[in-house]
Amino acid sequence: MSENNEKFSIVLFSGTVDKLMAASIIATGAVAMEKEVTIFLTFWGLIGFRKDDWKTNTRFSKDFEEYREPAMEMMQVKKVPSWMSTLKDAMELGNLKIKACGMTMDLFNIKLTDLEPVVSEVTGVVSFIKEAEGGQVIFI
Amino acid sequence: MQSVTITRESDARGSFCPGPLMELIRIIRAAQVGDVLAVISTDEGSKKDIPAWIAKAKQEFLVMEEIEGATRFVCRKIK
Repeated sequence: MSENNEKFSIVLFSGTVDKLMAASIIATGAVAMEKEVTIFLTFWGLIGFRKDDWKTNTRFSKDFEEYREPAMEMMQVKKVPSWMSTLKDAMELGNLKIKACGMTMDLFNIKLTDLEPVVSEVTGVVSFIKEAEGGQVIFI
Repeated sequence: MQSVTITRESDARGSFCPGPLMELIRIIRAAQVGDVLAVISTDEGSKKDIPAWIAKAKQEFLVMEEIEGATRFVCRKIK
């Protein structure tokens, strides 16, 4: 898919809907711009990818808690697609891989089969850093 | 007014970023070289995003026009 081999990596540490949504949209933009995109799920980012969690996830950034209800409501009213469906669409469109942090998996006793099928593999921080080398990396 | 005939148009009004661009990418992928594709968007960001994507994807950007509070983007698939 990608001809220029440019890499774009997201360290997804957060598991709140607002940040998951931002991450999914940014990842989609990067995929559209023909980047090789990797999302590295760690801590609460990984927790947000446990099977079916996204269907009931209404967690919201603490620092903007007062926006939680109106934001969740507007997303429903305006039929904003869920961040999970945005990610799935991005995956169909181009080069997007979602990888889980092995350390977080150990910490919370999570297995790859406990995660959403969009997560393709378990990796370590060193291999993530190695793969991300030379490209852009952002932390959400 | 366009001097070209639109082969396929996708109405993505009301769809949020990056929805309209995704729509355009989908119809371009499904199209034949030479086809003229259009997408209508109400997302403000599309005005920058869609031309940027068309340039990146090396397709031919034809026109961007305002229609009743929305924008229509027209391009030709050239590869």
